[in-house]
Amino acid sequence: MVIKMSIIKTDKLVFEYIRRDEDGNVEGITRAVDEVTLKIKQGDFIAILGHNGSGKSTLAKHMNAILCPTEGSIWVDGRDTREESEVWNIRQTAGMVFQNPDNQIIGQVVEEDVGFGPENMGVPTAEIWERVEESLKAVGMYKFRKYSPNKLSGGQKQRVSIAGVLAMHPKCIVLDEPTAMLDPNGRKEVIRAVRALNDVENVTVILITHYMEEIIHADKVFVMDKGRIAMQGTPREIFSKVEELKELRLDVPQVTLLAYELQKKGIALPDGILSIEELTDEIIQYSRREGR
Amino acid sequence: MSIILDHVSHVYGDDTTLAVKALDDISLVIPDGQFIGLIGHTGSGKSTLVQHLNGLLCATSGSIYFDGQDIDDEDFNKKELRSKVGLVFQYPEHQLFEVDVFSDVCFGPKNLGLSKKETELRAYEALKKVGLPDECFYQSPFDLSGGQKRRVAIAGVLAMKPQVLILDEPTAGLDPKGREEILGQICKLKEESNITVILVSHSMEDVAEYVERILVMNQGRIMYDDVPKEVFKHYKELEEVGLAAPQVTYIMHNLKKAGLRVDENATTIKEAAREVYRVLTERTRTL
Repeated sequence: MVIKMSIIKTDKLVFEYIRRDEDGNVEGITRAVDEVTLKIKQGDFIAILGHNGSGKSTLAKHMNAILCPTEGSIWVDGRDTREESEVWNIRQTAGMVFQNPDNQIIGQVVEEDVGFGPENMGVPTAEIWERVEESLKAVGMYKFRKYSPNKLSGGQKQRVSIAGVLAMHPKCIVLDEPTAMLDPNGRKEVIRAVRALNDVENVTVILITHYMEEIIHADKVFVMDKGRIAMQGTPREIFSKVEELKELRLDVPQVTLLAYELQKKGIALPDGILSIEELTDEIIQYSRREGR
Repeated sequence: MSIILDHVSHVYGDDTTLAVKALDDISLVIPDGQFIGLIGHTGSGKSTLVQHLNGLLCATSGSIYFDGQDIDDEDFNKKELRSKVGLVFQYPEHQLFEVDVFSDVCFGPKNLGLSKKETELRAYEALKKVGLPDECFYQSPFDLSGGQKRRVAIAGVLAMKPQVLILDEPTAGLDPKGREEILGQICKLKEESNITVILVSHSMEDVAEYVERILVMNQGRIMYDDVPKEVFKHYKELEEVGLAAPQVTYIMHNLKKAGLRVDENATTIKEAAREVYRVLTERTRTL
């Protein structure tokens, strides 16, 4: 029997940014994360939504101890991030991928870049190569291993960044808007790679995004507003609440919105339709039902 | 103020072994007051193209005419061209630098050599046009939210009173509401001052919703140049070059295939909802 443990647990987590003027006097305090309590199970695919400034990134940065809570606590794989001696272990447990691929790639050759993480951890050379190979294969970039990262597209670079994190064998990977700078194809590539990691390698994924279509496969969605968790549930539950999401400056996928518009016109369709196929089927069934 | 491109090509690193042809024989007319969407995958030549329109890059071969004049003529005033064709780069907020929002927007017109009064008037107007609340005017631009910063940067270009406004992915990284607000403002702006707007975007949904003409670029060439409905008919070809059509297009085509008599060329939610509703209720009545 497999018991799913919490990989990340927070208890009334608070984080405040302190703004200071030139002389170092406190000008103001912004509470970016406000008493967030949540649990994330090992192996889950989690999505975090929220408008600009809702506290998503601040929360994410707590998950690998880039930031430490002002109040409350966060445990990553049972380790308290405030314990300084645990910081390295925590960062190996939870890896992070950021928005701009150009800011995270340091190697001159793809495979060197991916090897950088395990090398710093003191992994023996032979094993580094093994890890580089399997990580690049996992994100579908193995045939580019000898390339210079400069010659890759945005989506490819972002997949190299993910492989770099993967080579450190994390239990959990946090992606902060990994697709914001990519074209539709690049976005698809990255999301496909991330889903494969979750399905095949059972890595816990925490995906922060503004693209609603990217999260329809998530196990659970958290919606943040003003530093708090405003909504949580499965994508279907969340996307059923079109009006509520709009109030939080968010949106639903076009498919869901179309279904919602039809519902408003009096066509009886189920709530929270997420995929193109689903909506097509529902409309066709409806037409048969009504046609009979 | 039309812009005409006549067989324009651009090669990066022309006389080196690493020559890359970024634009390949592009001929194009951009008339006054159009709202144009420019789409294409990364590396298709979009940015290279727009940088030709205000003379930041020179064509390797071919000519560009602004208002009938060749912009590469020796007596052509390129400085004036750059104030007439305003270019908002990707992540323009990285270019903010002044101590407060108002001074930042003043920077452009000040450099045009305008009087202090005119400069401030233009800055005020521009900030109003992008819908920034008054209380932000004297704040540091770095204390604003992402969407607000972006608006300040757009205002900085607007204050130059351009006749053509080019925006390179103005909504990247913004939340959905922020995207809607920025695009709504741009749309309103276009209607009020009848300027030409060129929107470079990766979001097919946004392009379908707002523009009247789409240019699709692939490998340095113009692949399609038409109204959104016509362009998205080629959704299969678009996929082959790394693009896609709006989700709505796929739904409509699926429904059509399944035998519903919908007009599969609907590209916005509103049109699609109307179409599906019409067909579903018609069927009920007739059968």
